[in-house]
Amino acid sequence: MSGVRVLVGTRKGAFILTSDGKRERRDVKGPKFGGWEIYNLNASPADPNRIYVSQSSGFFGQIIQRSDDGGKSWYQPGLKPGEPTTSPAGMPLAESNKFVYDTSSTTGRPLTTHQWFDGTQHPWEFKRVWHLQPSLTDPDTVYAGVEDAALFRTTDGGKSWSELASLRGHPSGAEWAPGAGGMCLHTILLDPTNPKRIYTAISAAGAFRSDDGGGQWKPINRGLHSKFIPKPDAEVGHCVHKITLHPSRPNILFMQKHWDVMRSNDAGESWQEVSGNLPTDFGFPIAVHAHEPETIYVVPIKSDAEHYPPEGRLRVYRSRTGGNDWEALTKGLPQRDCYVDVLRDAMTVDPLDPCGIYFGTTGGQVYASVDDGDSWNPIVRDLPPVVSVEAQTLP
Amino acid sequence: MIRVILPPHLRNLAHIEGEVRVEVKGQATQRSVLDALEASYPMLRGTIRDHVTQKRRALLRFYACQEDLSNEPPDAPLPNAVQNGEESFLIIAAVAGG
Repeated sequence: MSGVRVLVGTRKGAFILTSDGKRERRDVKGPKFGGWEIYNLNASPADPNRIYVSQSSGFFGQIIQRSDDGGKSWYQPGLKPGEPTTSPAGMPLAESNKFVYDTSSTTGRPLTTHQWFDGTQHPWEFKRVWHLQPSLTDPDTVYAGVEDAALFRTTDGGKSWSELASLRGHPSGAEWAPGAGGMCLHTILLDPTNPKRIYTAISAAGAFRSDDGGGQWKPINRGLHSKFIPKPDAEVGHCVHKITLHPSRPNILFMQKHWDVMRSNDAGESWQEVSGNLPTDFGFPIAVHAHEPETIYVVPIKSDAEHYPPEGRLRVYRSRTGGNDWEALTKGLPQRDCYVDVLRDAMTVDPLDPCGIYFGTTGGQVYASVDDGDSWNPIVRDLPPVVSVEAQTLP
Repeated sequence: MIRVILPPHLRNLAHIEGEVRVEVKGQATQRSVLDALEASYPMLRGTIRDHVTQKRRALLRFYACQEDLSNEPPDAPLPNAVQNGEESFLIIAAVAGG
């Protein structure tokens, strides 16, 4: 591996932080797409030069951008600069930002309703793409988790997107409800050992698993307990914030729920709480060490009402036992007067040896550790609020 | 030829500078101008009007001749000064902080 690219999405643009394998110095490029909200940019594991970006705006809606040269240049898929943008008949050649719920009688599901904040039913409305998950093997195949919660997929490099409608069409759909951030599908995990298995997580519906490539979905929330919903042990309705897995043991899942850190040893069939001695078990991201499947990281946040670290001290917590026993990691992190948040997609790892760990804050800092979290250094300090952080290794 | 002024973000998206000119057959309306604009710059599809409903995005406004036309019917003729190219059709992003 020659280096690492850290892909940072912020409220006001995208940034790419590149370093060599030692990860001592970083080259910072950006902002790209200045002024737009970048909920996620993510690279293809199958082609390191292929990067996809979710670019959105309350004014202009959703845009998908793609780079084929590692972020040097960008285009909307199907609309490469210099190429014709319309067919000879004048029709647009691509609709890369068209995310339309599939309501066809053959491939889709009716556009039903879900629960709204006031308890009434509300129709699904597309708002933005929260997360892009490129296929592990095909650079042209990408999954997109969107708000209002649904899963889309492209198989043509982002030129067009189709909904995997049976997820939204699950019989429990009418019970799904938005969290404070909206009703978003934010987590997409692809099982590296089983190409048919996909995990997703929705706030606030819970976790779901497909074992047939997205054709059918099963809620996997047994063992979750959420005091703030009418039925605390309900099959759906849980505000799952993030799920992660280690590629070598894809049946073991770790979850940061609204409150509670959870673990499943059976692909989500059941969950056990592993919050243990955390100072608070509220938080958003969760990450697993690239080489130690039982080493996991969370960033505890004071509460759902106060989205900042307890006592104004930014601490990553590490468990080397897959949960329950946690230790605070503080070296290099502000230990007074710190009131930033770390959002659900803003923590990741790289697979170099030693493993690199990264997280971004709503204060615009991106911190990195290259010693398993024992110490941290800010790569950058003053970006716009960080929404997502992804890391890719370069060949 | 209809003159259209886009907000900066959409000019960047469409890789254009300054004013855009689009050809519209017959009487120019909001719908026909936007159809022509999107045919020339398909990357703008979905950014001004919703892909499915074709409704104007809530935080965009349509102005011309110092009038707010945002809530006019999409098939209503645009003012004569826009039709004959004296004035531009303005697509404005609502003013916002942050």
